[in-house]
Amino acid sequence: MSAREQILNAITANQPAPVECGNININDVIHYDNVLLQFKTVLENIGGKLMELDSIDSLQQKLNDQQAAGDIVVNRIAELGAIDENISTLSANELAGVETAYLNGGIAVAENGAVWIYESQMGNRLLPFICQHLVMLIHKENIVATMHHAYLQIDTFKEGFGVFIAGPSKTADIEQSLVIGAHGARSLTIYQL
Amino acid sequence: MKGMNHAKAAEQFIADEPRTDWHDETLWFVRQKRDKAAHGLPEWEQLREWASQIKNHTLSNLNNYLIEFEQKAQANGITVHWAADGADHNRIIYDIIQKNNIQKIVKSKSMLTEECGLNEFLHAKGVETIDTDLGERIVQLRHEAPSHIVLPAIHLKKQDVSDTFHEHLHTEKGNNDPQYLTEAARQHLREKFIESELAITGVNFAVAETGGFVVCTNEGNADMGAHAASIHIACMGFEKIIPKAEHLAVFLRLLARSATGQPITTYSSHFKKPRDGQQMHIVIVDNGRTKQLGRADFRNSLKCIRCAACFNTCPVYRRSGGHSYHTAVAGPIGSILNPNIDMKANADLPFASTLCGSCSNVCPVKIDIHEQLWKWRQVLTEEGYVDSGKKIGMKGMAFVLARPALYRFAGKATRWMMQTFPFIAKNKLNPWYKQREMPEPPKQSFRDWYLKQKKA
Repeated sequence: MSAREQILNAITANQPAPVECGNININDVIHYDNVLLQFKTVLENIGGKLMELDSIDSLQQKLNDQQAAGDIVVNRIAELGAIDENISTLSANELAGVETAYLNGGIAVAENGAVWIYESQMGNRLLPFICQHLVMLIHKENIVATMHHAYLQIDTFKEGFGVFIAGPSKTADIEQSLVIGAHGARSLTIYQL
Repeated sequence: MKGMNHAKAAEQFIADEPRTDWHDETLWFVRQKRDKAAHGLPEWEQLREWASQIKNHTLSNLNNYLIEFEQKAQANGITVHWAADGADHNRIIYDIIQKNNIQKIVKSKSMLTEECGLNEFLHAKGVETIDTDLGERIVQLRHEAPSHIVLPAIHLKKQDVSDTFHEHLHTEKGNNDPQYLTEAARQHLREKFIESELAITGVNFAVAETGGFVVCTNEGNADMGAHAASIHIACMGFEKIIPKAEHLAVFLRLLARSATGQPITTYSSHFKKPRDGQQMHIVIVDNGRTKQLGRADFRNSLKCIRCAACFNTCPVYRRSGGHSYHTAVAGPIGSILNPNIDMKANADLPFASTLCGSCSNVCPVKIDIHEQLWKWRQVLTEEGYVDSGKKIGMKGMAFVLARPALYRFAGKATRWMMQTFPFIAKNKLNPWYKQREMPEPPKQSFRDWYLKQKKA
């Protein structure tokens, strides 16, 4: 008998009688009068930064400045001009020098400061993690209250990969001292239109 | 601390009193952060109830959910392996390494691989694995085991980390700045990520309806490994399965809040398919879990999501350290999981508790941990795994308690003895005198007092 059959047979023999799953009632969860304010507060608490924009110009300016200074940047936001296509096959070695990645974010979650991003928005799965600094653009109407609302709005397994990112990479593994910039991006700035 | 029971190992741990106090206070601080996060959500108790119901339901339909998960995962291009035990798990991974002629391996935190002894197994085969979670890398360089499932190096001070990094990563001697030390680890491990050929990760949640799985980290190390390497192996105990993606909302809301008081981990990565040209494998492991599923009193320990809230709140864990539990998963949850794996080796663990119930109160999936600790004590005693001293003491106690006249006489005699010859109780031969002050003996028993009151 294969390990698979052995395990499944033992499970079938040992699992308890069927019980109901219960229903999640989304009306029972927290409500925020101002989801943007809540998102901003939490994001700043977890080490991220929120820039509220009237127009995309100041984000454009930031990208232009970085490019002019010779920083290696990857742009995946079409509103900011030419996007970097065909980066999906770039290796870790080739991406290691990226200073800043400019990415479109999807749904943003007020309760925890997380932003959802699909693989297609990243262009390369490694990019949001290996870049030194991460910039994401979100839209105000895409901010929802909780994770329940987020999963209702997005099919998180639609693509091969996707991730909720909440703030910059961090660790407290040395004596519980919080240090920003463990292995992933050292900073996360969210621009909100 | 292999080969030493919890009480003995804990005795060594508490020999350093300031460090014990630091350990105790630090973990209590994490517990307080958890409280603050939990109290921030009015629906917290409702969330725990939902999580508990989803897990109970899943355990009752586990066979079908696992089959569904396997089919979907395979359709997504993932190779699914089944491992009956730790040896099977290790062999499956070694086969993949050999078949692909792999030299460079990075691994993010996976308590399952610790449970299976993967690192030691591969080391014996001449294959080196680099642990990439900062805490795990620290303990790996020191040839130690993690002492906590979420905070692997919580038993160490920054001075210890500085010394270890000075020796292995050539950082400045005596520079104890966590920022500086973390940066050194970042540079060191970036090299390892970039050159890695194979990445091993754990699994926090596997979703039956999609065949996908979720991995949560704060550091980003699981993603750095999985997306850089050309092969990704994700290892999971079969209890990691949940029915639907929408259930992730419940668990992701509970997990980080319960673990560290964060509203969510920095990265909650949803893997469904290998990227172009990549191999993705999932190893589904039993290693005693089917047996635990069959034990009605203990099966709901399989609901655990490994948040470690029970560790941080436990008065025994905080004052004895993770290594004193001599198992991959320490703390209260470890003490109800490990006797299932090996009753003889882990018979001491259910006794490493005051049965105060704090663990059950903070558990996000409502496992009745303290009740199971108590039940394990009974099972272990019945099966003959409890040392004779404890058994004789308990039997003697039962004998006295069942005989009121004898009980009254014994009480009187003890009070007289303790007043007249206090050294009889206050000496090293009395195990209850260790680390404790003996109480002043009362002048009269409750019964004497009660009878007097009745008369008056």
